Amino acid sequence: MALLISVLQRIGYALALLIAVLVLNFLLMHAAPGDIADTIAQDMGGADAEVMERIRRDYGLDLPVWQQLLRYIGNVAQGDLGYSFFFQVPVTDLLIERVPATLLLVITAQLLAILVGVILGVIAARRPNGFGSHMVTLLALFGYSAPVFWTGIMLLICFSLWVPLFPSGGMQDVTLEGGLFERVLDVARHMVLPVITLASIFLALYSRLCRASMLEVLGADYIRTAKAKGLSEGGIVFKHALKNALSPVVTLAGLQFSAVVSGAVLVETVFSWPGLGTLALQSILARDTPTILGILFFSSLVVVVVNLITDLVLRLIDPRIRTGAA
Amino acid sequence: MTDQTQPAPKARSPLAETAEMFLKNHAAVVASIVLIAIIIAAIIGPPLYADDPFEMVWAPFSPPGEEGFILGTDYLGRDMLSMILSGARVSLAIGVTAAFVSVFIGITIGALAGFYRGWVEEVLMRFTEFFQVLPTLLFSMVIVALFGASLVTVTVAIGVVSWTAVARITRAEFLRIRELEYVMASRAAGAGNMKLMFAVILPNALPPIIVQAALMVGTAILFEAGLAFLGLTDPNVISWGQIIGSNREAILSEPFAVTIPGVAIFITVLAISLVGDGLNDALNPKLRAR
Repeated sequence: MALLISVLQRIGYALALLIAVLVLNFLLMHAAPGDIADTIAQDMGGADAEVMERIRRDYGLDLPVWQQLLRYIGNVAQGDLGYSFFFQVPVTDLLIERVPATLLLVITAQLLAILVGVILGVIAARRPNGFGSHMVTLLALFGYSAPVFWTGIMLLICFSLWVPLFPSGGMQDVTLEGGLFERVLDVARHMVLPVITLASIFLALYSRLCRASMLEVLGADYIRTAKAKGLSEGGIVFKHALKNALSPVVTLAGLQFSAVVSGAVLVETVFSWPGLGTLALQSILARDTPTILGILFFSSLVVVVVNLITDLVLRLIDPRIRTGAA
Repeated sequence: MTDQTQPAPKARSPLAETAEMFLKNHAAVVASIVLIAIIIAAIIGPPLYADDPFEMVWAPFSPPGEEGFILGTDYLGRDMLSMILSGARVSLAIGVTAAFVSVFIGITIGALAGFYRGWVEEVLMRFTEFFQVLPTLLFSMVIVALFGASLVTVTVAIGVVSWTAVARITRAEFLRIRELEYVMASRAAGAGNMKLMFAVILPNALPPIIVQAALMVGTAILFEAGLAFLGLTDPNVISWGQIIGSNREAILSEPFAVTIPGVAIFITVLAISLVGDGLNDALNPKLRAR
């Protein structure tokens, strides 16, 4: 029961955060010079004052600000994020078209970063002063210091130009003929470089955190007990220690998700990946405000949902949080 | 008769101890030297090398070394070395200023939250979480797009999206320190809230904030490079990210033009993070065991 209430609390809080994002969006929309009527007029090649007046009335721009805000929130709640005058389609349709590509990229990269990061972290923690451990520290520094778009470009030069293993951009080969299997394989080939690039930033972070948290756990009393019982080292590391060392990594992975979305914008641009990131850049260069703000809202929605899921996962794997004893 | 007692160990200032700790960290020392060299190059490089970075001096995309252009020329035939040197000024200046902005916001919010607690803390920490949810790069792209691409907007946009870590660190330190007895003593001696916050507690909360601020300069440089790469920067200045962005079309035909400015960013940020790590170890001797 207590669990249910705290989960409901989290969900209510997530909704409040999203409404806050909408309010911010609305303020940004109003702070920007020019309004929808100007955009439409520009699109039509000019309009007289009477037409402008009508457009403003149709879009409710003559209403008091707070009514406009409520109207905006109400529209978004019904899945209407406005109309993109640049792409000539509703923003929601645009997002639905672009989201799968970004989610595919971002989720694969996160899973890869967590998996490899945890493995490297465990290797490093078993010999804190060994060669492997120093390599992890070094890798973490490199991952932190290189601009992600530059890492992508370097990979592109190495594995697309010098050793042409992978395509240089896009998500699929449109000229390709073949069945579903060939298509999937083709997308997978296009994905390799962008996924590695995006994972590189977070890989370093996770391996470093996993190393630190493993070291802490390995020093705990219950691990000494397990050793005294004569359990094998592998069993201790993977069955006893890793389980407890994982929860900071999961927490961080959730918190990092907004950074992952940011990284995706740059990586998508480098690899011409047809996702939300390239859409964001296109709409910013075209001054397409409804689309930009739609993307900002949608990515915040994704981050909030991921944080919510992380929170629930943590409650499941860590009983201390579940009972509120931590 | 000889005196058996040992002379008392000389008291050393905390600053000297920190400096000694820092100097023991070879990587951090080397990194500081590299960083100082980069800063000197940024200051005296442009006047000494005496080239207008915007001037088109030779054929576009001539490889490094040709015709005495050590780093070659870019897509407009501008001297890359000259561009890197003046780009250093912009990248470093934005990095430091944006870090300053974010540290200022972060300290203010973290200090108020940690000091007053109660509903003030609740409101401010919710505010901080709100900023953590917004995808930072996307949000700053929106700010730059809506308010125009100038150095000031870019700097403010970076500062406004990256203060949350400083706020959380400051709050945690304030929560810990405000319970210490010396704070109570100052309060009993009649210190007001402002004095307690910024003159009594803040100085002791500074070490982790300094480390975070140092790392923040690196993050801000990367951030600016990202924005500039996307073309969202002041078109009248040259920064490292902008050099990469403007040569982007030629990634596969002229790899050197995007590699060189990237190396400059990489070395600078690497040096800053090593110095930051060194400061962290020196200011937190307890962490050295890790």
